[in-house]
Amino acid sequence: MSAVEDVVTEAPAVEAVPKRAMTLGLGTSLVVLAALVIAPIFVKNFIIFQMTMLLIYGLAVLALNILTGGSGQFSLGQSAFYAVGAYTSAILMEHANMNYALTLPIAGIVCFAFGYLFGKPALRLSGVYLALATFALATAMPQLLKLGFFEHWTGGVQGLVVTKPDAPFGLKMSQDMWLYYFTLVISIGIYIASINLLRSRSGRAFMAIRDNEIAASAMGVNVALYKTLAFGVSAGITGVAGGLGAIAVQFVAPDGYTILLAISLFLGMVVGGVGWLPGSLVGSAFIIFVPNIAEGISKGLSGAVFGVLLFLVIFLVPHGARQVAMVAQQLLGKMIKK
Amino acid sequence: MPAIHLRLGAFSAALALLAATSSGALAQKKYDVGASDTEIKIGNIMPYSGPASAYGVIGKTEEAYFRKINAEGGINGRKITFISYDDAYSPPKTVEQARKLVESDEVLIVFNPLGTPPNSAIQKYMNQKKVPQLFVATGATKWNDPKEFPWTMGWQPNYQSETIIYAKYILKNKPDAKIAVLYQNDDYGKDYLKGLKDGLGAKAASMIVMEESYEVSEPTIDSHIVKLKATGADVFMNITTPKFAAQAIKKNMEIGWRPLHFLNNVSASVGSVIKPAGFENAQDIISSNYLKDPTDPQWKNDAGMKGWNEFLDKYYPEANRADASVMYGYTVAQGLVHVLKACGDNLTRENIMKQAASIKELELGGLLPGIKVNTSATDFAPISQLQLMKFKGEGWDLFGDILSGDVGG
Repeated sequence: MSAVEDVVTEAPAVEAVPKRAMTLGLGTSLVVLAALVIAPIFVKNFIIFQMTMLLIYGLAVLALNILTGGSGQFSLGQSAFYAVGAYTSAILMEHANMNYALTLPIAGIVCFAFGYLFGKPALRLSGVYLALATFALATAMPQLLKLGFFEHWTGGVQGLVVTKPDAPFGLKMSQDMWLYYFTLVISIGIYIASINLLRSRSGRAFMAIRDNEIAASAMGVNVALYKTLAFGVSAGITGVAGGLGAIAVQFVAPDGYTILLAISLFLGMVVGGVGWLPGSLVGSAFIIFVPNIAEGISKGLSGAVFGVLLFLVIFLVPHGARQVAMVAQQLLGKMIKK
Repeated sequence: MPAIHLRLGAFSAALALLAATSSGALAQKKYDVGASDTEIKIGNIMPYSGPASAYGVIGKTEEAYFRKINAEGGINGRKITFISYDDAYSPPKTVEQARKLVESDEVLIVFNPLGTPPNSAIQKYMNQKKVPQLFVATGATKWNDPKEFPWTMGWQPNYQSETIIYAKYILKNKPDAKIAVLYQNDDYGKDYLKGLKDGLGAKAASMIVMEESYEVSEPTIDSHIVKLKATGADVFMNITTPKFAAQAIKKNMEIGWRPLHFLNNVSASVGSVIKPAGFENAQDIISSNYLKDPTDPQWKNDAGMKGWNEFLDKYYPEANRADASVMYGYTVAQGLVHVLKACGDNLTRENIMKQAASIKELELGGLLPGIKVNTSATDFAPISQLQLMKFKGEGWDLFGDILSGDVGG
């Protein structure tokens, strides 16, 4: 057997993560939640905007985490789903004058369908081949959005400007702060739903497929169904994130959704820890803030600095934020015992 | 991070100078956020990384030019702090960086952000915040829209101006022309096409015999050229980006089609278009320009060009002098310095837009002789003149008068 075949046939490309290790304890979750709720009161609008983007990219990373960490399938095409979600929201808001909150479930459903359908042919592929197929999707998406045929709706290369919503019910709150809390509520909802999904029968099926596909099908798991389902769920959540992103940024254009976005999300997942859902937030912070730090260190070599930082992270903590969290937990445990 | 760090010494010297002079001058000093007695904070967004990173040179040139201004005493005694961020040509990132500049760094204005999609992404925000988005680095026509967007202003001649000028030339010299147009199917190509039609006016419908478009993703445009030749047109309007422009020039010669050939300024580069297409195939092609070409020997003893070379020697020695972006960055930075000087001690955002909208007959070293910067309350297109040029031998020959083609967005 050649080396290439070895790579392809060896199933566990993604390390098996036990179910319980996928989440945070209740106490820690509440502390993080409290921090997220209180922080915006003390900071400038610009920081609130960055925190909103943090949550939005966090959702997109979470979606990829369900797909890769949960069901063991790779995707470099998340930017395509993100773009579809963003455009769905933007077009419904600007052309159909729909309320922004209503556009999000529609964006989610459209992307779920898109992901589910894409997952069908992708079923035949696994490992690196699947990654390549999704890569093709991400490369094609910006060009499809520029097509003259759709231009009436998408605005072509010029993109679409989206109106930012005001806080409802006469709340005295800036647009940024309202959007932040709105995003936070949606994120918490999706986070809890995702944890429950992975703890459910479907989640167990995902993980069985991830750990060993043949064994899973022998135990009666409908492999085809659950693989496409994982794709659909992941695409749906990414779509909601895309829709929120369009509202927060107030603009959609093909250039915003290139393959670089897909790679960033993939990076965020790895840095946060594959299969560890709370890590999504850490991964999202990495892809938002580390390029800014790199630019601060050297403008001409920002790419190289970013590369070095990324390398350090992968080298020192290969399991990402999950590893850091586990070490911290152990240390804490020791201190309490003493 | 601030690209230009101020020395404490310079600071205190400027302060002392101000203290000495301010007692006499009772003129009211007015400031908005980002300006003070000692400092003017200018924000900028450039694609230092990503697909358009070749243009990052513009930001570096501007930074070098403001360093020169500061070394020479600043603007009315105030030093420029130039804060330039990278957006990688990605609109969501541009929004983040623009908000960082306005809300966190508290700059007075955002100057010369690059690219049509990035500028479109922040236009609404900038106008809501009433922060000038001054001299944007894109050729789209929509930046000249003072009614809708009074805080956004363009800089270079826009695409429509250019084809309007070609249309004027055609109407004058070849009034019975049959025009075949090849254009790239996006905002850039359509902008050019609109300018041509507007320039031809009522005669557009009868003169343009064919409008053929191509997609950027096509590997070659040969078949389009064959189709255009079949119309029997005697004028070819070539609205293509460099790779396709070179293909078109070559293919024209191969199939023996020799119309009067207009090539858009986007693809007028000798190095990246004409040379690969073959000098012998490109003879007598007409194009236009507004900046001096640093590689052109006729500017060797030109005062403006000498100033440019001295500036580069001292403040930006590693610059590639054949790169048109260096000349561009130099010229637009001079434009900003002119506006800031005109503002005097009234450095409010409103006054900056007012001064930027009242530039009269300004000549800059990098512009072709006779090309002047002009703006008014209803004209937010600072440079709208171009000079025609014809390809002869191995270079462009400028000819004719300076032509103007003002259009609004």
